[in-house]
Amino acid sequence: MEKIYSLGIDVGSTTVKTVILDEDTIIYNTYERHFSKVRETVAEQLRTIGRLYPGGKFKVAITGSAGLGIAEACGITFVQEVFSAFTAVNKTYPDADVVVELGGEDAKIIFLTGGVEQRMNGTCAGGTGAFIDQMASLLGVTVDDMNDMSLKATKIYPIASRCGVFAKSDIQPLLNQGAKKEDIAASIFQAVVDQTVSGLAQGRRLQGKVLFLGGPLSFLSGLRKAFVDTLKLDEEHAVFPELAPCFMAYGSALHAQKMGDELTIDEAIDKIVNAKAHDTIVTGKPLFADQKEYREFVERHKQSDLKYENIETYRGDAYLGIDAGSTTTKLVLITPDGKLLYQYYGSNKGQPLDVIASKLEDIYALATDGLNIKASAVTGYGEDLIKAGLGVDYGIVETVAHYKAAAYFCPDVDFIIDIGGQDIKCFKIKNNAIDSIMLNEACSSGCGSFIQTFAQAMGYEIADFARLGLFAKAPVELGSRCTVFMNSSVKQAQKDGASVEDISAGLSSSIIKNAIYKVIRAKSIDELGENIVVQGGTFLNDAVLRSFEMELGRNVIRPAIAGLMGALGCALFAKEKTKNQPDAHSGVLNADQLKEFAYNSFATQCRGCTAHCNLTIIRFNDGHRFVSGNRCEKGAGIKIENKTENMVEYKYNEIKAYAEKKPKNPKAKIGLPLALSFYDLMPYFHTMLYELGFEVVISEESTRDTYYKGQQTIPSDTVCYPAKLTHGHIMSLLEKGVDMIFYPCMSYNIDEGGSDNHYNCPVVAYYPELLRANMPELNERNFKAPYLNITMKKHVSKVVANTFRKYGITQQQVFDVLNKAYTEQKRYRRRIEKKAQEIIAHAREKGQKIIVLAGRPYHIDPEINHGIHKLIASLGFAVITEDSVSNLVDVPPLDVLNQWTYHSRMYRAAEYVCRNEDMQLVQLVSFGCGIDAVTTDEVRAILEERGKLYTQLKIDEITNLGAAKIRLRSLAAALEEKEENKK
Amino acid sequence: MSKQKLSDEEIARKNMGGSDRVFKTVFTKEMKDAGYTILIPDMLPIHFKLIIKIYEKNGYKMELLQNTSRNVIDEGLKNTHNDACYPALLVIGQFMDALKSGKYDVNKVALVMSQTGGGCRASNYIHLIRKAVAAQFPQVPVISLNFSGLEKNPAFPMTPKIALMLIYAVLYGDMLMLLYNQCRPYELKKGDTDRMLARWQHRLGKLMDKKQYLYPTPIYKAMLRDFASIPRSNVKKPRVGIVGEIYVKYSPLANNDLNEFLISEDCEPNVPGLLDFVMYCASDLLNDKDLYDINTTATKAYKIGYDVLYKFQKQQIKVIKEHGVFQPPHDFEHLRRCADKYIHQGVKMGEGWLITAEMAALAETGTKNIICTQPFGCLPNHIVAKGMSRVIKEAYPDANIVAIDYDPGATKVNQENRIKLMLANAVL
Repeated sequence: MEKIYSLGIDVGSTTVKTVILDEDTIIYNTYERHFSKVRETVAEQLRTIGRLYPGGKFKVAITGSAGLGIAEACGITFVQEVFSAFTAVNKTYPDADVVVELGGEDAKIIFLTGGVEQRMNGTCAGGTGAFIDQMASLLGVTVDDMNDMSLKATKIYPIASRCGVFAKSDIQPLLNQGAKKEDIAASIFQAVVDQTVSGLAQGRRLQGKVLFLGGPLSFLSGLRKAFVDTLKLDEEHAVFPELAPCFMAYGSALHAQKMGDELTIDEAIDKIVNAKAHDTIVTGKPLFADQKEYREFVERHKQSDLKYENIETYRGDAYLGIDAGSTTTKLVLITPDGKLLYQYYGSNKGQPLDVIASKLEDIYALATDGLNIKASAVTGYGEDLIKAGLGVDYGIVETVAHYKAAAYFCPDVDFIIDIGGQDIKCFKIKNNAIDSIMLNEACSSGCGSFIQTFAQAMGYEIADFARLGLFAKAPVELGSRCTVFMNSSVKQAQKDGASVEDISAGLSSSIIKNAIYKVIRAKSIDELGENIVVQGGTFLNDAVLRSFEMELGRNVIRPAIAGLMGALGCALFAKEKTKNQPDAHSGVLNADQLKEFAYNSFATQCRGCTAHCNLTIIRFNDGHRFVSGNRCEKGAGIKIENKTENMVEYKYNEIKAYAEKKPKNPKAKIGLPLALSFYDLMPYFHTMLYELGFEVVISEESTRDTYYKGQQTIPSDTVCYPAKLTHGHIMSLLEKGVDMIFYPCMSYNIDEGGSDNHYNCPVVAYYPELLRANMPELNERNFKAPYLNITMKKHVSKVVANTFRKYGITQQQVFDVLNKAYTEQKRYRRRIEKKAQEIIAHAREKGQKIIVLAGRPYHIDPEINHGIHKLIASLGFAVITEDSVSNLVDVPPLDVLNQWTYHSRMYRAAEYVCRNEDMQLVQLVSFGCGIDAVTTDEVRAILEERGKLYTQLKIDEITNLGAAKIRLRSLAAALEEKEENKK
Repeated sequence: MSKQKLSDEEIARKNMGGSDRVFKTVFTKEMKDAGYTILIPDMLPIHFKLIIKIYEKNGYKMELLQNTSRNVIDEGLKNTHNDACYPALLVIGQFMDALKSGKYDVNKVALVMSQTGGGCRASNYIHLIRKAVAAQFPQVPVISLNFSGLEKNPAFPMTPKIALMLIYAVLYGDMLMLLYNQCRPYELKKGDTDRMLARWQHRLGKLMDKKQYLYPTPIYKAMLRDFASIPRSNVKKPRVGIVGEIYVKYSPLANNDLNEFLISEDCEPNVPGLLDFVMYCASDLLNDKDLYDINTTATKAYKIGYDVLYKFQKQQIKVIKEHGVFQPPHDFEHLRRCADKYIHQGVKMGEGWLITAEMAALAETGTKNIICTQPFGCLPNHIVAKGMSRVIKEAYPDANIVAIDYDPGATKVNQENRIKLMLANAVL
């Protein structure tokens, strides 16, 4: 009988794997990257097999995330990849309990014992092979190097693990602050582990014998170590099969034995090569009809260019501008009449200080001794560091720098849009001042670095990749959401047979759509105004620029130095600042000083307060040092006299202080989690319980560790961070040994009047239900979550008495103490309100402006707000909160259903701000808060109608305050400009 | 003291409320008489077609929107907040796409949107729609359709007669949906079931003029007889339950035609009816009474309404059981008891405890494969769906529950992959 082998092909998102079985023996296996040339790679592998087994017959089955399309198109049997894994595992490790598989863009967990269950990463996903690739390229090393580096780490930084974009915005500042790459590498792997444990396992523990599969896990020992350490597995329980990368292919080969199509290799190749793709791709118009149109386009944009001057012969004054961006460093040197002497645009290689120092050396080497750098300024993420390290004279906020530069090319500019490596910044100009700023939120980036990483993943240089798109015939529609979503859109387009050209053009148009509809959120093009200047490195990409003009239906101005605009703005700013100082000379390091320039950095933790900021301290060899990572002046070792009190801290301390009041002989210890609505209703519940003779124990102050404590029991990875933290608080209470936890479900909150209803949001209202269902530690005895409507005294008495009946509490007893509880809640509010007036008065005395930081009560938690209130204070504002002023005014007319107690406060706070000249409102929004999709627009409308600026800060588990800082500083700058204009 | 009597239009405007920032046009009697076309978003094609007929009988011109092009999503993205949920985005997208399509005279068209008034942000859809519409089509009125007495408008009243007609539409719609889903996967001759459905939709439209419409038993029986007469195969196919957020669960536009996809994957979709949701809303005040001792006249009215609905449902179930061929819907009181095992009925925002109850009831009656559809980031679903899977799985270890997120960026292939993964497990 003729021999029939079985062949399993696993077509993943980044790799193709094949396994051949002879009966039950694996006789061949390969693993190869396909760089999105899926079919070609599969065909190539088959040809190799054909040469090795000439004339052989095979039973074939395909598996894998990119395999479905191919299998369907060519009619070869398809096996779901988790199913393949399941089969392979059953065969080889029948005693395994859990399988963890990380692939290129997928992450999966299969629980084998105790109810078979499979988890795949959902629509919002990071922590996969592609994520690791992306991070490695961010560090400027290969994945293997990153692995080696991680093994030498001494410290782990918290890095958001949910999504690649988030993680990037955590890593970038670390790099810019000079954190050690070894530590970052290890932190990245830890992030992947956290993502798998919290995002995928979602409440089910990874225990027993765990099998680790997939490419990244088999090639990266650092990642393996992170998993083993986190899950506390010993050698016997952590299994890394030799075949791990090809496990799915093995599984599909096993399936092929039973149900595969019998084919010769030639037949298989023939099927795959000639498969008809589904014609389901939506395509757009080509960017350019022909070469002529493209030439006209190029000519038009050439008109916006600077003049050049030869640095090697130039003598006289010059101004230096530096833009130390998140991924790139930009530098210009200009003459007083705006001619360009020197320019640099390049990756900061994670070491902005070194790059800029070397460029300065370059300038000094080229220039004559007649060059006088009269003044210098710096902007961007690395601003403080560069200023401190290299002696640059001025630091300005990016938005101001960009406006200065744009106005240089187009004095009546109405709208500026800057797309950089990881930011999109847009601002409207009104009356020669920045009127409103729109920044991309951390989740919807899709910016320059995205297209770059994509180009690399497909095996192209960014410039070549962009050029391919210019003449694409049918650009693919890829949607306009976040990077991870676009990844799968691209995957689908490829599956459907879209060419690299079409994808390149499609990505350019995605970036643009993302900017217009998600960041600017323009309803019509006219909103943007007449004169639009585009800038940022991403716009140097002609395909992106063209997409923008096509989407707008009008031409825009792109200066030829689009990538250098921030730096140019700085140089212009430096010039302005010194226009009345003929003899000025910049303090930037001179050639001799540069020779001496050296520094070293180390990481430590601030002990100034409980926030324990991760500090990076850079010591320069002239002795001075630079501290970054701090959120307040304490970390930098500065003391401020006569500091205005900060309402956020005041409230936080007030709430915590309640727990200090304890009865002499408590009936029992009742735990209240320091989370969600307890940040508002602590006075009420504490007083009630205290008066009933209970000791109230509150959970620990939130830190990152609190989150980790409960991480394993979070069932929904898209719920807001404040809710996720609650799990840790419950653990904390259990650790403290409370007799029971009291955490009522509350559909309704206090009725403060003037609103349509007084609900809590669904998450705040019912989170106890979720905790009970997902935390195995909780039971009927130690967790009490009765339904309370605290506006109804009699009902509360009944329910509370029933809850604590085993301590002999009667309804009458509760009823008797309730008045005290209500009174205390009111008193607390009065105290806050009084304190707010004190702060306002103090601020006015000092001439400080006042910011109403409007959010939810739980936004006073330092782990949730990441110290934003301190940051605001450090910019010279006094900070009060929404609930400290909301009772002073009535609800303004609204165009929404005003039915949530906490949200109603924000509308009133906005109204209050409108009535006070020296106040502005900053709204804090937790990522994932669906209700704020409603409130933010309304708060904005209230404020803008009355000429106030609206600033929104989105917060999540990310601790990086970079974006927040830009917004707040821009706000400060805009207020200043407004005032200047008034004068 | 003289009190000027307000005109109908003034009453409607007053009930609508709002600031001067958003211009609002009130739907008036004159507009109705002038034959304005009222557009209604596509949520439940079977039911909504019946509802349209009811309004037509009452002198309104109504049209079900069935535009589903990519432009619907793009318009939605342009006109709604980034983080607004997918249903809001789609409804707004569908409206804006329609208004811009040139198909309608924008000076003679109105929009209607349902509103529940609960603690979920869905109660705010209508306001989001108004904001979007006011910016570009200020002359177009946006009407609220609800049973909770929100935004009363004399030109578009919820009369007891209309309410009753609507309830019957829900009952008949549920019946047709149930029969369709139990026949279509097994039909031997392609198209039989669809033809039968079309025939019955047409017939119900005619019946509305007659008293017979209000006597459902004979109609149910005729429906059962007709659908049972479709030649069907005896092959066993896995049943897949669909639960979730009300719009995404039903709307083919939102869920990428999930029902059809499941049928093509050789499954029998099992979609709990709209009546469950109506009864869930009706039970709200009854639960409030038990929980918070709130007992008002509204509570009594709701109790009467609830009892009537329950009677209707029991009648329907009885007829289906007696006929003996098809699987009847879940008894609502039974659903409430199912909920009690896992979650409190006090969870009343969004679809609240109903989703948990439906998952449990499906698992209990042999539909072990359950897809829970939800808009990305849906707030109540964190609690009632994802939050409750664990306990339901503990009770039914072989239950196979998969939560699928829908959102403008999520690709169909990703969603289908997850469903296929679930189905692969179903074979195990």
